[in-house]
Amino acid sequence: MKRKIITSLIIIGIVIVILILLQNTLGNFKLRILNLAGIYVIFAVSMNLINGFTGQLALGHAGFIAVGAYTYTLLVMDSDLKSMNFFLEPIVPFLSSVHWPFLPAVIMGGLLAGLAGLLIGAPVLRLRGDYLAIATLGFGEIIRTVFTNTQSITNGSLGLKAIPMPKSFLFIEMKNAFTWWVWTAVIITVIFHFLLVSSSYGRALKAIREDEKAAEAMGVNIFKHKVWAMVISSFFAGIGGALLASLMTTIDPLMFRFTLTFNILLIVVLGGMGSISGSVISAVVVTILMEWLRFLDQGFMGLPEIPGLRMVVFSTLLLLVVLFYPRGLMGNEELSWNKITKMFQRFHMQPREVRK
Amino acid sequence: MTLQEFLQNFANGISLGSLYALIAIGYTMVYGILRLINFAHGEMIMVAAYIAFYTVFIFSMPWYISFFIAIIITTIVGILVERLAYKPLRSSPRVTILISAIGVSFFLQNLGIVLFTGRPKAFQVPTLFSQVYTIKGVNIVSLTFFIPTITVVLLILLVYVINNTKIGMAMRAVAKDYDTSSLMGIDVNKIISVTFGIGSALAAIGGIMWSMKFPQLTPTMGLMPGLKCFIAAVLGGIGNITGAVVGGFILGLTEILLVAFLPDLSGYRDAFAFILLILILLVKPTGILGEKIAEKV
Repeated sequence: MKRKIITSLIIIGIVIVILILLQNTLGNFKLRILNLAGIYVIFAVSMNLINGFTGQLALGHAGFIAVGAYTYTLLVMDSDLKSMNFFLEPIVPFLSSVHWPFLPAVIMGGLLAGLAGLLIGAPVLRLRGDYLAIATLGFGEIIRTVFTNTQSITNGSLGLKAIPMPKSFLFIEMKNAFTWWVWTAVIITVIFHFLLVSSSYGRALKAIREDEKAAEAMGVNIFKHKVWAMVISSFFAGIGGALLASLMTTIDPLMFRFTLTFNILLIVVLGGMGSISGSVISAVVVTILMEWLRFLDQGFMGLPEIPGLRMVVFSTLLLLVVLFYPRGLMGNEELSWNKITKMFQRFHMQPREVRK
Repeated sequence: MTLQEFLQNFANGISLGSLYALIAIGYTMVYGILRLINFAHGEMIMVAAYIAFYTVFIFSMPWYISFFIAIIITTIVGILVERLAYKPLRSSPRVTILISAIGVSFFLQNLGIVLFTGRPKAFQVPTLFSQVYTIKGVNIVSLTFFIPTITVVLLILLVYVINNTKIGMAMRAVAKDYDTSSLMGIDVNKIISVTFGIGSALAAIGGIMWSMKFPQLTPTMGLMPGLKCFIAAVLGGIGNITGAVVGGFILGLTEILLVAFLPDLSGYRDAFAFILLILILLVKPTGILGEKIAEKV
């Protein structure tokens, strides 16, 4: 246990050092990709909790992200910005004068998303497999449609523009405060999920994944555990959504179509269902890869400009991984010091010893 | 609402419902055999619509030849998708195949964007299908008659094939028990290919009629109809062909009539299908005509 704490502290330290280095060296555009990668880590890890660890194929993530994003945006905007945005139909009076600071707004986004998770999870988590998938996907779409049609609360399909970015981190004003917020959230999310899945609660979730009937026979309250997993998962999705809104500075309902859910699901699968470290690595790699592949769209090696080629290449890569490496990067195991050292030992040791 | 208006909406609902039914059959057949939500099925609509568009537009073929070519090519695409993306994963966990299906859907959409660009294209509706008849004050496009007729004919044909031919019997056997039927000498791979072929052909016919009804083509046009038809299949009880048809009609009719009676809610039209689905699933999780499957412990 002590060793675990030390390792985690070391990892956090390394992440902070890397962040300090990156902040001072990267330009604005690359920093933005770094932030986006962090946000996708939050999405992927939270989705992995319900899909990978609990084994419930829930596809409503985009809806929870939307709840978080809209809650954050409506709380954090001041009345001037709101009146600028709501030119077609005025905002409902009780929201017009609300103006919260960054952190409470983000947390409120998470809480409301969690509440949405509870309201949706309680009825639909009685379903299983594909039925659960399609029902949660449906709820995600319903949330989006509601946001499109409630003109006086969400500004409908016009979306909300000029969402402010935080200028200070923990009351300290600094240049890249937002990056620090994002990656603090990432570290908290990852640690929380690590602790969660290694607790007795997490073992109950894995038991549900492996065999629901056996878990029930062992005294696990299946329904309660599933709903809690859903609530926690949607809470973090909401936090990520709030950060996404802040990063993008504009949001509209079309951003939260189920394509977003699929993107996150793909990241989770590539990293390995049931592996937090896998999700982290895959979220960062995929986000960077998606940006790096942009050169395909702009024409290269004498090829003309072909918009959309990037996504074709990306989806081909994805299909290849799913077809030939279906367990994903990490399967359902975690990256650990033991493993890394073992991996290095493998290179040095005699083959006979490796087999053992 | 006058009687005329009601009849007009009713006719619209029936034709939309038969489109849903036609496409839902493909979902339900594949699900019955592989227990897979074939997310790429919606993309068959798009493939068929674009091929029909281009064969008319570039080669200026008569519409019946171009539609025929579109159906054939879509069928081949459907079979290829199964061979390349689902067959290698047949022994993997079901979620992996589902992800593969999502991947194929993604791939086809993006390929569509590269090949056909994202700009919407206007589908040319043959005059046979675009004539307007006025019956007792109700204006009805001839397409509104054609769609249900074609659907019913195809349905009778399909039911005949499934109930009375050797290949239909094999399909039922594979749906009932995959392993046993392969032990009984049924070429399971062939049957699955045939199933995908029939499903894709129906989706292609549905897709062509869809693009005549809503004549605007975009590479992502298959997404929403695809989802809704899957909902129709689940509504009726997935794995059950009659169920898919019933579900399709219920969904189409209620969707149109809801918008007709409560125009204020028309913005919620897309959400409505999902609300209906969730209500049905909560009351009767196996759908309207679905059988209860005994669970093995």
